[in-house]
Amino acid sequence: MLDIVSLKKYYATQRAVDDISFRVPKGAIFGLLGPNGAGKSSLLRMITGITMPDSGSILLDGEPFHLDKHSRDIGYMPEERGLYKRMKVEDQAMYLAQLKGLTRREAATKLNAWFQKLEMDSWRNKKVEDLSKGMSQKLQFVITVLHEPKLLILDEPFSGLDPVNSAIIKEEIHALAAQGTTIIFSTHRMEQVEEICKEIVLMNQGKLILEGDVMEVKKRFRQNKYHLEIDGELPEHPHLLCLRAGVYEAQFASQDEADEMIRYCLQNKIRISNYHEVLPSLQDIFIQFVEGKGGAARSFEKPIH
Amino acid sequence: MHKIWIIIQREYLSRVIKKSFLVTTFLIPIAMVGITSTMIYMATRSEQRENIAVMDESGVFVDKLDTTSDAYTIKYIATSTESNDSILAKNDCDLLLHIYPFKNGAPDRFHLYKEGGVSLNTKQFISTQLDEIYRIKLMQEAGIDKSKIDSIDQSNIELTCYDVKNNQETHTEISTMVGYATGFLIYLVILIYGMGVMRGVSEEKTNRIAEVIISSVRPFQLMMGKIIGIALVGLTQFTLWLALTGLLHLFLPLFIPGLGLHSSLPIDQSALAQTTNTNSEMLSFLQALFAQNWLLIGACFLFYFLGGYFIYAAMFAAIGSLVNEDPQEAQQMTFPVTMPIIVAFFIMMSATRDPNSGLAIFGSMFPLTSPIVMMARIPYGIPTWQIVLSMLLLILGFVTLTWLSAKIYRTGILMYGKKPSWKEVFRWLRQG
Repeated sequence: MLDIVSLKKYYATQRAVDDISFRVPKGAIFGLLGPNGAGKSSLLRMITGITMPDSGSILLDGEPFHLDKHSRDIGYMPEERGLYKRMKVEDQAMYLAQLKGLTRREAATKLNAWFQKLEMDSWRNKKVEDLSKGMSQKLQFVITVLHEPKLLILDEPFSGLDPVNSAIIKEEIHALAAQGTTIIFSTHRMEQVEEICKEIVLMNQGKLILEGDVMEVKKRFRQNKYHLEIDGELPEHPHLLCLRAGVYEAQFASQDEADEMIRYCLQNKIRISNYHEVLPSLQDIFIQFVEGKGGAARSFEKPIH
Repeated sequence: MHKIWIIIQREYLSRVIKKSFLVTTFLIPIAMVGITSTMIYMATRSEQRENIAVMDESGVFVDKLDTTSDAYTIKYIATSTESNDSILAKNDCDLLLHIYPFKNGAPDRFHLYKEGGVSLNTKQFISTQLDEIYRIKLMQEAGIDKSKIDSIDQSNIELTCYDVKNNQETHTEISTMVGYATGFLIYLVILIYGMGVMRGVSEEKTNRIAEVIISSVRPFQLMMGKIIGIALVGLTQFTLWLALTGLLHLFLPLFIPGLGLHSSLPIDQSALAQTTNTNSEMLSFLQALFAQNWLLIGACFLFYFLGGYFIYAAMFAAIGSLVNEDPQEAQQMTFPVTMPIIVAFFIMMSATRDPNSGLAIFGSMFPLTSPIVMMARIPYGIPTWQIVLSMLLLILGFVTLTWLSAKIYRTGILMYGKKPSWKEVFRWLRQG
């Protein structure tokens, strides 16, 4: 679906995107991860045709990307987003849909469907400045997906949303992916990615440092850490931490040591009620990765209020 | 092309349908007509009559001051040593003109007393007469008789100017007036609508909608859509202003009698004579006004109106793209753009007086000043090649500056947070 081939974008003071390549398969929910200032937004701006790469190429269904040709195939919700404050909700949505190339009639039909689905019908004639932050984020989402893009790019889509609306949007994202929409989901909130995405790339300081299936990545960074709940007691062991009676957390040096512990339980007829491997969170992996490389996350950009 | 049209429509409609547009479009002509009507009304109604007591110790001015005026009553009084206050009170007068005795045959002191300040009109009314009466006295003493003085007074040499090429009469005053008016209008247009473009752009940036839009259209399309949309708003507003002002001037006298040329107020003989005099002057003025080459002036006005707006609009857009929320910042940043507009205005003022000075010619060629300055020169009749060259330079300037501004615009509109320095902005220009 989308191929990024050795993309580069250098600014005078920094290498915002430094030789990045990856591929996003059709219908995937693809996570683009990294701390603030990692170069995610610069990368997304190139994928959406807003800025031109210094070198490298972007292929959409095997074709070189061109804004004039592919504008309708892409839905982009930037991190810095907003709407005309004094324009009515409906006019605003119609205007932006027409800029995407929809006719008035097409836009109106699709808008009706979305407004009904997300229970926004009563907002039509409100001005955007009269909407709450959550409401305007919902409207922004509808505007982004209204023209049914093949590739949907969401930069921090949940910022400013309450849990209820987050859940609604999450559901819609899954539904769109099920219909075949490819979704790139960019965030610095790693825990959100674990919930939503199957595949990820991790960026830091303009470079791609990690990519792959979320589970695989986690397994790659497994630390032989286990959670164990039993009826009974285990003998003292330097790797074993007793959280409370019968609940242990174990940090072993190898898989063999873990097997050893299970064997001990079985031999002593200790009943195991819960046993699972504790995989590191993406956040842990990222921190470990960056520290392991001796690099540091680029200093955080000041958020804009 | 289709998308730019959608943008133009939004920019146009969102401004024209606004209440403030309707208010300014309809109120300004009404206010203008209102002001002129009140002025005419005030002029036709005489002011509060003022009584002037004249205490002439020289004896030269007795019975010579004009008594026909509606505004003043003259009362000659005997010399008195009472205080000025009590003289005024006793004679029931507002003003006291005290003419001291002549010294060695020459006028000495003339004092005018009033409670509070004397109005300029009154001061002029009296001082011009004193001057005139004394002048006539001097001439009579020199042996020139009254009829001769009258004929001297009526002598009026009129200098008529012609264009040597086509032998047509030229009217300097009218040229100055037309040049100044059109130049001034363009100056206003550039400032008002240019600032409008800047505000529109910075609104898009601070609302954070710019990035949403430019994932659908190119930044250049967004910028030009806005600039063209606002140009159409300007044209609409101007047309409405012209039409409304014209209509109001035509119809107002029907509703409010006394505002027309023929006042229904009683007019005395001399005033009537004056009126007919002004009427014939007015007529020749109007004739001369119509004799102007309006086709050329109109066409040039439209060209420089649009050219002036367009050459500055893109720059205002670029400035708007640099500005963040702080309005004070905007003011600082606009300075480099408003500066040439103001300079152009001053060159235009000097060009109305001397349309062929080096400065005026330069100003009418240089693209940043030509829209304002050239309009001041055109009514005087200037060589065609100068107009053509100036227009070509303006188009060239417009293309170059819009191209450069677009470079700043497309980077600036996506820069959030701190205000970029001029150094950075120049780097964006070089990056291409």
